[in-house]
Amino acid sequence: MDIEETAVKARAFSYFRAATIDQALDAHARAGDDARFIAGGQSLVPALSLRLQAPRLLIDITHIDEMRGIRREGGYLRIGALTRHCEMLSEPLIAEFAPLLHAAAPFVAHRAIRNRGTFGGSVALADPASEFPAMTLALDAEIEIAGATGTRRVKADDFFLDLFETALQPGELITAIYIPLFKADQRFAFDELARRRGDYALVGCGMLATFAGERIDDIRISFFSVSNTPTRVRGAEATLIGSSLDAERIAAAQAALEGDLAPPDSDEVSPAMRLHLARVLLGRVLGRLGEGA
Amino acid sequence: MSGFDETLLDDADETVRVRFIVNGRKVACEVAPRETLVDCLRNTLELTGTHAGCEMGACGACLVQLDGRAVHSCLMFAVQADGAAINTIEGLTESGVIADLQAEFHRRNALQCGFCTPGMLVNAHELLLQVAQPSREEIRDALSGNYCRCTGYEAIVDAIDAVAKARSEGGGAT
Ligand SMILES: Cc1cc2nc3c(=O)[nH]c(=O)nc-3n(C[C@H](O)[C@H](O)[C@H](O)COP(=O)(O)OP(=O)(O)OC[C@H]3O[C@@H](n4cnc5c(N)ncnc54)[C@H](O)[C@@H]3O)c2cc1C
Ligand code: FES
Ligand code: FES
Repeated sequence: MDIEETAVKARAFSYFRAATIDQALDAHARAGDDARFIAGGQSLVPALSLRLQAPRLLIDITHIDEMRGIRREGGYLRIGALTRHCEMLSEPLIAEFAPLLHAAAPFVAHRAIRNRGTFGGSVALADPASEFPAMTLALDAEIEIAGATGTRRVKADDFFLDLFETALQPGELITAIYIPLFKADQRFAFDELARRRGDYALVGCGMLATFAGERIDDIRISFFSVSNTPTRVRGAEATLIGSSLDAERIAAAQAALEGDLAPPDSDEVSPAMRLHLARVLLGRVLGRLGEGA
Repeated sequence: MSGFDETLLDDADETVRVRFIVNGRKVACEVAPRETLVDCLRNTLELTGTHAGCEMGACGACLVQLDGRAVHSCLMFAVQADGAAINTIEGLTESGVIADLQAEFHRRNALQCGFCTPGMLVNAHELLLQVAQPSREEIRDALSGNYCRCTGYEAIVDAIDAVAKARSEGGGAT
């Protein structure tokens, strides 16, 4: 059987397994635009098989120890970019200090895909329908990026620029993601609407709020599958800050979504329908936040 | 540093040597970097129990165990698995670890054409290792990435449910 004649086979490429961040950056710099990093491969391999992408060089980053591991660092939880989706479910440090990621993880794809897919890969890809990129916004996370000129940290608020477009420059690596540690006066909630468990959501939403008693001092609400990027709904956030979560406030937040969201037209769901689903979902998730989630 | 060698770029379709442990045996083979693990298992190693369906992560027919975890062999290249331990449905069958699941699938007609069955079994095996007593809903949820075009799933859920109960009672499935 000739490999070229079959429907879903990648174009030929060379493969390099990097042992360090420097090796990976160096290989990318020398191969130029035609190189791709591969982490879990759960998005990249299908794209290669369908020949949507045809790089000359694949740089395997999964053996770089510096990009692995989860630990506390100052007021943050440092989550290595190579952390697999399944570890979001199994790692006690995630459950304790970044419980919103723990809550979102079961909704990401299916078990076997969660066994391979990585947190860094998901954030780098920045699929607007993905759970984790949106949750980095709700969590006010910082993304650590290594490139030719050194390492920098970019706030999630400044990271997602447009459809599959981020603050990452070509050849740069996400090495870790920093999440402010979850605190005793905070609550979180998450949910999504999908046709089938494991499918990408029609609309999804996660939030993190700081309470003073029953009053909301601060809240960050992030939606996915509503626009070209993961999206914070600042109008809805503003209606909630300074009040307690009663039915009237929830209704006001739902109404504010109209100004926050302008869902694009798609074959699957009309903009009006998506906005409606977003309102329903926001009401549901805020309700849970009120119950202490 | 033992870094990147640019001559690699001229050898895009040249085969490279990979070594892994497949079903408990050491194996070395020559693969082109673009060859997926499922193609390597089926075509080179002639382990055709692993099936290739959609080849894009949607159907679950290609599930194998990689270092003890269920993964899609269509969603990785064989070169990525260099150094790993892989169990295919053949190995899991030989070792007897899923004998009760297989017997129960058979007894309850949880397969017809059998195309989905290896993937279903690899998935069910991992589920029962992680969750001793899954509810029917949890079983359905775990199967959400495995397509079956024949059975309508009910018998598959029944079979996994029965094995979970039998295992936790300490006996074999009845
Ligand atoms: C059937 C199916 C269903 C899915 N359902 C969902 C779902 O419901 N929700 C969801 O969120 N995802 C879903 N996914 C995608 C999955 O979560 C991917 O694992 C994830 O989006 C990408 O992570 P990865 O590690 O596999 O990245 P890869 O596929 O390896 O890479 C993706 C892209 O990111 C780049 N990249 C990877 N790591 C880095 C890094 N550290 N620094 C810089 N660039 C990097 C790569 O070069 C590539 O361009 C699904 C996938 C499949 C096949
Ligand atoms: S062949 Fe791998 S998921 Fe369908
Ligand atoms: S038995 Fe035919 S696809 Fe499941």
